Amino acid sequence: MIHFVLSISRQGKVRLTKWYSPYSQKERIKVIRELSGMILTRGPKLCNVVEWRGFKVVYRRYAGLYFCMCINQEDNELEILEIIQYFVETLNRYFGTVCELDLIFHFHKTYYILDEILIAGELQESSKKIVHRLIDAQDLLVEAAKEKENTVSYIVAQVAN
Amino acid sequence: MALSGMRGLSVFISEIRNCQNKEQERLRVDKELGHIRNRFKNEKGLTVYDKKKYVWKMLYIFMLGYDVDFGHMEAVSLISAPKYPEKQVGYLVTSCLLNENHDFLRLAINTVRNDIIGRNETFQCLALTLVGNIGGRDFAESLAPDVQKLLISSSCRPLVKKKAALCLLRLFRKNPDVVNVDGWSDRMSQLLDERNLGVLTSSMSLFVSLVSNNHEAYWSCLPKCVKVLERLARNQDVPQEYTYYGIPSPWLQVKTMRALQYFPTIEDPNTRRALFEVLQRVLMGTDVVKNVNKNNASHAVLFEALALVMHLDAEKEMMSQCVALLGKFIAVREPNIRYLGLENMTRMLMVTDVQEIIKRHQAQIITSLKDPDISIRRRALDLLYAMCDISNAKDIVEELLQYLGTAEFTMREELALKAAILAEKFAPDLSWYVDVILQLIDKAGDFVSDDIWFRVVQFVTNNEDLQPYAALKAREYLDKPAIHETMMKVSAYLLGEYSHLLARRPGCSPKEIFSIIHEKLPTVSTPTISILLSTYAKILMHSQPPDPELQNQIWAIFSKYETSIDAEIQQRAVEYFALSKKGAALMDILAEMPKFPERESSLIKKAEDTEADTAELSAIKSRAQQQASNALVVTDQHPANEPPQVTQLGMVKIPSINNLENNHVDQEVTQTNGIMGEVEPQNGDILGDLLAIEGPPGVSGTETLTEEGALALAPVGELENAVKPVIDIAERFRDLCVKDSGVLYEDPYVQIGIKAEWRGHQGRLVLFLGNKTTSSLDSVHAVILPPSHLKLELSSVPEIIPPRAQVQCPLEVVNLCPSRDVAVLDFSYKFGTTLVDNKLRLPAVLNKFFHPVTLSAEEFFPQWRSLAAPPLKLQEVVRGVRVMSLGEMTNLLNSLKLIVSPGLDPNANNLVASTTFYSESTQSMLCLVRIETDPADRTQLRLTVASGDSTLTFELKEFIKEQLVSIPAASRPPVLQPTIQPISSSDPGALLAGLL
Repeated sequence: MIHFVLSISRQGKVRLTKWYSPYSQKERIKVIRELSGMILTRGPKLCNVVEWRGFKVVYRRYAGLYFCMCINQEDNELEILEIIQYFVETLNRYFGTVCELDLIFHFHKTYYILDEILIAGELQESSKKIVHRLIDAQDLLVEAAKEKENTVSYIVAQVAN
Repeated sequence: MALSGMRGLSVFISEIRNCQNKEQERLRVDKELGHIRNRFKNEKGLTVYDKKKYVWKMLYIFMLGYDVDFGHMEAVSLISAPKYPEKQVGYLVTSCLLNENHDFLRLAINTVRNDIIGRNETFQCLALTLVGNIGGRDFAESLAPDVQKLLISSSCRPLVKKKAALCLLRLFRKNPDVVNVDGWSDRMSQLLDERNLGVLTSSMSLFVSLVSNNHEAYWSCLPKCVKVLERLARNQDVPQEYTYYGIPSPWLQVKTMRALQYFPTIEDPNTRRALFEVLQRVLMGTDVVKNVNKNNASHAVLFEALALVMHLDAEKEMMSQCVALLGKFIAVREPNIRYLGLENMTRMLMVTDVQEIIKRHQAQIITSLKDPDISIRRRALDLLYAMCDISNAKDIVEELLQYLGTAEFTMREELALKAAILAEKFAPDLSWYVDVILQLIDKAGDFVSDDIWFRVVQFVTNNEDLQPYAALKAREYLDKPAIHETMMKVSAYLLGEYSHLLARRPGCSPKEIFSIIHEKLPTVSTPTISILLSTYAKILMHSQPPDPELQNQIWAIFSKYETSIDAEIQQRAVEYFALSKKGAALMDILAEMPKFPERESSLIKKAEDTEADTAELSAIKSRAQQQASNALVVTDQHPANEPPQVTQLGMVKIPSINNLENNHVDQEVTQTNGIMGEVEPQNGDILGDLLAIEGPPGVSGTETLTEEGALALAPVGELENAVKPVIDIAERFRDLCVKDSGVLYEDPYVQIGIKAEWRGHQGRLVLFLGNKTTSSLDSVHAVILPPSHLKLELSSVPEIIPPRAQVQCPLEVVNLCPSRDVAVLDFSYKFGTTLVDNKLRLPAVLNKFFHPVTLSAEEFFPQWRSLAAPPLKLQEVVRGVRVMSLGEMTNLLNSLKLIVSPGLDPNANNLVASTTFYSESTQSMLCLVRIETDPADRTQLRLTVASGDSTLTFELKEFIKEQLVSIPAASRPPVLQPTIQPISSSDPGALLAGLL
């Protein structure tokens, strides 16, 4: 199982955190600090796994951004490595050539997409197409509600006047 | 794409990004939090839009690592909003902001449940996602049936179903009982017939978890898993969207193979054949390709297939195919494959007999020890450790030693420990072992724990043939211009004991040995100086007839250190000085160390501990078990809960070094030789005690001990003896329960003192048996009647105690599991014709295995809540409590190492306390206690005790009760109230304790 997902920039800025095992805020900060220290300093051409506190952290770098997932020692590392890739490909398709700024300013979107891919630290859906359909449907629901709200509030405002 | 929306949020994020430094960022965040707090305080004028915006900001701030300790209510309340956009935000922010231990989450259970059982699919999805990501035990208990129903409902669409499957998986992890209900395994089996691969992926994850917990119920699912694999392997009926870089859902393949590994075997020949066909195809058909992602995905499947083949213990042919593949992998350029190749080789060693084939790759593995990647180096080190046996130990250990010089600091300690263990376990000859350890110390002294050098000392002490060699080696290292302090310790120790064996060699006369050691004295630290002083005394003893010049030199040193500020050094200097004036008598007192008793290697134990930490080690353990029979040195392997047994295979059996003290070896030297006997640190009158060996004592230790006063005597069993104790033993026993030294028993002839040290679940007691009279005590017998939860080892007790002498009997205690039963010392002796027999309770009581711990409110309450119900949490109203103020009660609890956290309980009449309990079965376990007193009636209170172990909770509750209730006027201490317990009723010790 995936215990947590982190996305950290090369400068050590946190871009995304999702915790499937209970960690207090204090522990979370410590985990991020420790792992940034270990992972950001690793050179290129090394393997994508670091061993940490009896767990394994599988990470992958995309430009200036590292995506990390923490798993149990006996879990399948390469499978997780490709979940990262699949997640990033999904983001890419949604944002259209995703860049770090997309993740910063639309961090809430990133969370919605992650929730369609992982639940309870396990892979929920491996079809990009279906994930897209679901996210688009969510967006539509929000838009529809907004429009409706606008009209209602418009009417209310009219009446008040 | 709908990214539109919150201008305020975007502006805030850019402002944070524009902060020049951390301080500015903090100021900006504080300002924002203040603003949000104000807005939340005054709900008026707060639109839904505002609320959403603010909780997003809170989440952003929280993600950056700041504490956000308000606004949880607002986030949770959005969940119950009627409209989708609010609900969506509420669910998402709540699931990121809170974790399963938050109280606020409970408030949401009902709303969440309504969404799950409601008709709105989108709401169902949101609710299932939240529960799946952060649901705790409460959720498991209230929601599992609803989620199960949803999962098997025929009208439930895939988008909801897959979420329900993973949600149920989480609930199962939090409380397996809620899912293991009658008939569920049939339902699970139906779920595996699912055609939709998204749903099947989620269901398979659920299945893996269920079957890992108990495979028995799920045999009917096994053929279905094989069917799934066949379907994927043949790429039949796999929609394009579920192939990943041309591979039919690699994730589902991996999960399915993982599930199959939880079944012990596959009986049905057809299923087995079908599975092996698939596996064969994977093993043969996976090639290295250029595309990284495709490569990773296909190898994810391949490595899982390898694991499954190993698990099924396939035909020899397939196994050797696997080893061949792994051999190829550890040599490829792709670092991930290299890493996994090494890791899987180690796993393979654990399950099957492929050691000989793997040994062929030794050179390649050793190359990996120099890989630029630390992850790969670690795997290589583990593999070398696991594959080491007597045939390749020399090569491997030498490689490890060489690597030690260049290894990074984070790996050195582990490396040193592993090299030491391998050298010990597989030494082809003993001198090689000594060489290795000395090299280890020389190259990486800072990383060589005391255990390692203690061990080499024990080894040499127990093997006479080795002694001249070891002394010579130690002497050679001293010629180096700069040597590590640990080397100094071990050399000084070895030369003190054995340098006389070298006397005829050049440069090895007592004088020369002394001066080369003494040269280094100014550079060493205090503990080492103590060792050097012992060495000097030994050198002096060995130079008979005495060389006056050497004698004067050493005497001068002793007298110089007589005024040392360090008590240990001072004491040694004074003692050795006095002793060395005694001429020939010195020979007896400072004679060579006797052999150490046989015990398990503490090094290997330590290795097991560290490895348990990193949870990596079953391979190595199982290797150790397999190889024990070839080992030169037997290191007994045994499951943690059983007492160690001594095997008969070893040529050499070696005691463990007790970890209780750093300078234990050294201490043991003096003790066994009888010097320290009377010079327990508490006793100031050192010389008087020393003299006791030869003649009547001066002011002897016995009086000193009585003055200490703390000591209690607690005979168990009726006193029919003519000789009556002269102190109130019951009361003293109670005192000793909270103190670690004092008198246990005293009558006109004998006094028994006790001194104890405790660490974790182990303890070391020393009994001081003192003869107060001027004639000998005969037929002295001391036998321990241990209760079943304690392992006690009493060293031999001499039959006769000379007049006015005191003997020491160390007693090792290991606490196996929680219990209040008390160990009993059956002590008897003859004075003249009178036989005196006493049964004394030993103060190795429950609270001795406590370690004080102070908890803050945020540490205490989540624990307290997570231990919700019996048997882990027990409550009882206790009546007949001794009347005491809250302050007195606090002191009482603190004295038992149940540390009271003042102010933690909002009610001033209540006390909350915590401690950590150690035993072999429970390891270290946190215990929480709450006492609610009634100010109107001080004789009653309500006691609640919680811990992670039901026996511990019960025992601790009873134990505290015993401490609190008032003692009847008769000298019957509370601890003696018969506490008949099924587990211990067969124990002699417990029975005796119960009799009183």
